[in-house]
Amino acid sequence: MRTTTPTQDFVRGIWKENPVLVQMLGLCPALAVTNSVANALAMSGATFFVMSCSSVLISTCKRFIPHEVRISSYILVIATFVTLADMLLQAYAPVQHKELGAFIALIVVNCMILGRQETFSSKNNPFRSLLDAVGTGIGFTIALVMMGGFREILGTGSFLGVSLFGPNFEPWVIMVLPAGGFLTLGFILLAMGVIEQRKKVKDDQVTEVLS
Amino acid sequence: MNQESNNQDRIDVDIQVENSDSDNAQDASAPQEVSTFRLVATLAIAGALAGLLIVLVNLHTKPIIDKYKAEQLQLAVYEVLPGVENYDTYYLVNDELSASLPDGAKESEFKRVYVGRDSSGEVSGVAISRGESGFQDVIMVIFGHDPVTGKLSGMKILDSKETPGLGDKIFKDMNFVDQFFAGPETPLLGVKIGAGKGQPNEIDMITGATISSKAVIQIINNALAEWKPILDKGIPQAPAKAVSAEETP
Repeated sequence: MRTTTPTQDFVRGIWKENPVLVQMLGLCPALAVTNSVANALAMSGATFFVMSCSSVLISTCKRFIPHEVRISSYILVIATFVTLADMLLQAYAPVQHKELGAFIALIVVNCMILGRQETFSSKNNPFRSLLDAVGTGIGFTIALVMMGGFREILGTGSFLGVSLFGPNFEPWVIMVLPAGGFLTLGFILLAMGVIEQRKKVKDDQVTEVLS
Repeated sequence: MNQESNNQDRIDVDIQVENSDSDNAQDASAPQEVSTFRLVATLAIAGALAGLLIVLVNLHTKPIIDKYKAEQLQLAVYEVLPGVENYDTYYLVNDELSASLPDGAKESEFKRVYVGRDSSGEVSGVAISRGESGFQDVIMVIFGHDPVTGKLSGMKILDSKETPGLGDKIFKDMNFVDQFFAGPETPLLGVKIGAGKGQPNEIDMITGATISSKAVIQIINNALAEWKPILDKGIPQAPAKAVSAEETP
């Protein structure tokens, strides 16, 4: 196994192994709730909380969880945190809860969180698991805000609710509909692919020159 | 600095040790197999702990949530019945409206309406709340109407899990919401934007959220169909303690 430093644990999830754009995890919320920047931020924030808590708890308890039932245990932990977050928000921040309402239940089905537990938290100590979760959370936020921004600007002509183009702009309704999510994700992945390929060509040239 | 790199080394060693452990376990899988009892016990304990935690937090948060909901409902009643001085809650007991419940009955078991009165004590509007399936989950709607003319005086979504950005326009899109405050006649008729014929009972539905907007219209129509025969029998006189009745609906 390749060993990593804590800094690498943290940075990795942000771009190089971005959960949505590279690992293709957590696509359900990435497609479902990114029709505005505010929604994307809310979803990222809630996911961030659940992932950090679950990662720390699971890496702390990893020795007590038999290998055979680890997935069920992870889901149990994640679902518990989601329920707690839901109830606490409802009691202490009812306004935000109303805004977030539909997102909170969606977090349980986010395979990105389960993925981090399985590949990282179950093998590392709590501190590094937290770093990993925070890094991945930031990567998730970047991907979601990117999609949310793209879709909100084209779909409603505004950014974070502030109108950009004035009243004469005809919104592309398809961008806020589910189809717009797939289109946006497709174009972003295309862009990522092109960048990746150019980088590879460059690297190859460098090695050629060196050899 | 040195301390830090030491730490890193130790962590890396930890990982390797664990890895080799699990490799061994796979090589000699038969003798090291974890007993079924331990698997069940782990899940049972984890489940019990999770359940306990949720129950504890729920015990703590439920009163706060209920209180908030009651306040919201009270605000909502005043919002959908503009110009109302105060309101009373009437329960449906044996197909008749009653301001009080039979002895020993639980409040939550009865259907209810909120009757608003103006400053002279006359009935000026009735608010009804009702929940039915929307696109995702049950949509809870409260609306006010004039029982005599049948015109709506307002509508508010109390609870919904409709798709953010689309279905949630039923309460975020003011063009849609304002139509219910403009006094449309009932039963309502949902039409596509631009397809209306100028009838007084038409409501323009939301592009991209047809199911959610239809659900709201349907909920109001169903609630009126259910309550109209009951309301037509007449609303009993205001109970003496009219002011205190609005405390907790």
